[in-house]
Amino acid sequence: MMDTDDIDHQLLRALALDASQSAGALGRKFGLSQPATWRRIKRLTEAGVIVGRRLDLDREKLGFGVTVFLGIKLATKGRVSLDDFERAVSAIPEVQTVEHVLGMYDYRLRVTARDIADFERVLRRRVMTLPGVGDVEANVLLSEERRPGPLG
Amino acid sequence: MLDDLDRRILRHLQSDPAQSIPDLGDRLGVSTSRVTRRLDKLRDNGVLRGQQAVINWRALGYAVEVSLRVTLDKTQSRAFDEFIAAARDIPEVLEIQTFLGRVDVRLSVIARDMAHYQQIYRAGILTLPHIADIEALMHVARIKSDEGLPL
Repeated sequence: MMDTDDIDHQLLRALALDASQSAGALGRKFGLSQPATWRRIKRLTEAGVIVGRRLDLDREKLGFGVTVFLGIKLATKGRVSLDDFERAVSAIPEVQTVEHVLGMYDYRLRVTARDIADFERVLRRRVMTLPGVGDVEANVLLSEERRPGPLG
Repeated sequence: MLDDLDRRILRHLQSDPAQSIPDLGDRLGVSTSRVTRRLDKLRDNGVLRGQQAVINWRALGYAVEVSLRVTLDKTQSRAFDEFIAAARDIPEVLEIQTFLGRVDVRLSVIARDMAHYQQIYRAGILTLPHIADIEALMHVARIKSDEGLPL
């Protein structure tokens, strides 16, 4: 685990809102020189705290009007079937995230689709045919909000 | 509307948002100025809203991640608004999502360890208003997380 200070936290908070800001512009905000800011960002990246960037796209304008979260329970368990399931589910383009969880489901998937009919196609043809799929619960996303997290 | 080049630009940018515009142009076989014009148009149309750094909370010492699926007491007309407003005040809440389905709201919560999680759960989560039921899913591993759109 990396040791971080208040300035690191402020930089992370700023970059999590807008990663395109230059080291110079960020430095001016927090009273740091451009090279000092750059060194801090480099350190945070090398320590694996900043793992990359996410493009913020308006999904609806691109024709993806529906996001559904699926809770999936596997019908058969065992190491082999977990690997097979993970490989197959990750290969579905409409599946954006796959999380292995403990609780009433084994996996949590985020699925994007053009509309409900398109979602039904993905669910029937791609998800329900995956190896080992048992119970599936679907919840349609209405709104989502990302919070800055404990950086204060 | 978007054409084929717009989609190719977004697809490439999605896979590597940090790449420079000249590199992007080279990869697509299109001039830098043409890529710049397209990106400006995508921004003006509101399709491309920006880019955000992705933080790995584990590297900051937050080893526990829990997905809390909350059912609210819908006899209270302000249940959603009041619950969400109060959830925003818990710093360890990373995501607030609302749903149509069996689950009303989902909170993504991080903690340093299980003792810390228990403290957040008791002092923060359980004091949120209008909760009818909570189910917890403990996060084990992230298998895929690109969140890219199949453009």
